[in-house]
Amino acid sequence: MTRVDCLRAIYDRLDDCAVVTIMGAVAAELQSIGHRPNFFYLQHAMGLASSVGLGIALSKPAVPVVVFDGDGSVLMNLGGLSTLARYRPANLVHVVFDNESLLSVGGFPTATGACTRLAEVAAAAGVPRTACATTIDEFVKEFTAAQQARELTTLVAKVDAIGPAAFVTDLGLLENRFQFQRYLQGR
Amino acid sequence: MPVSAANSQIVFDALKASGVRLMSALPETWLVHLIRLADDDPDVTLVRLAKEEEGVGISMGAHFAGVKSAMLMQNHGFLAAINGIVSGAQLYRVPLLMLISDRGTFGERDPWQTEGGAVTESVLTALRIPIMRLDNPSTVAHRVKQAQTLAYSANKPVALLLTRDLMWEEA
Repeated sequence: MTRVDCLRAIYDRLDDCAVVTIMGAVAAELQSIGHRPNFFYLQHAMGLASSVGLGIALSKPAVPVVVFDGDGSVLMNLGGLSTLARYRPANLVHVVFDNESLLSVGGFPTATGACTRLAEVAAAAGVPRTACATTIDEFVKEFTAAQQARELTTLVAKVDAIGPAAFVTDLGLLENRFQFQRYLQGR
Repeated sequence: MPVSAANSQIVFDALKASGVRLMSALPETWLVHLIRLADDDPDVTLVRLAKEEEGVGISMGAHFAGVKSAMLMQNHGFLAAINGIVSGAQLYRVPLLMLISDRGTFGERDPWQTEGGAVTESVLTALRIPIMRLDNPSTVAHRVKQAQTLAYSANKPVALLLTRDLMWEEA
């Protein structure tokens, strides 16, 4: 299963959502499918995408929020899982693309390839709904269920450690940031 | 505990008056009253953190969503949050109101606080973060308002240092 196929499979379900992604492959691949004003790419501040999503979810409870996270980023802010779980915004779906690798800096293996199971970590942190998908069908089914559940969900998608050829796109960081803020102002 | 409840209330009231509706915090001695006030106020969302850097992300999200926020942390928490401040709030030009208890300065009795106290202002200056000290209850409201005004006009983090003179009532 590839991350870009996962993103393609659920792209049409992001219409109404505030979407926050991590840096690198996730941001570049989502943009390759098609950028929208409701997508914000946190191109640095590794680990904080879920925190940004939490801030939005708590501030706009009526807006569905989707965070596309990664195993390296989650491991860098494991405490953030406990904060997410503590405030458990019902309007947040937290997707973790787990490729067991720090892909964008050369493919160094993370602990999820050795021993750490992030869906179980999230469950133990107190996230009320968790799932782990290894096929596209499972991923779409679990993502759809998470959107309908109205309960904080962490969905781990085990994906191949492959990504796009380049990570820099022609969308400026600040252009994206202000466009996203204006989108949220209208919600 | 000789943390000033009266001055904590003044700081809290100033934050509320400036429109702050979300506060993220990690407890430390000087902040106990402030955090309790935030927790007790139905108009304020208090987010208790595991690590201060999370608060930067939460404040970014809140700002995008139109909610004014503040971070309550110790200077060691500020030091722990630096990457998020630089590669989140500064990179993306997000106003960030940071209230930092300035431990480890003159009068500090806890040996473990003293190194942090020696570097806090230098690090803030190196990061080009404007600093204002809250050291007198009569100027707190004005300075909080001024700090927030600059944060929003510049779209940048600003720091208010909570000083011993304001926060601690020596027995």
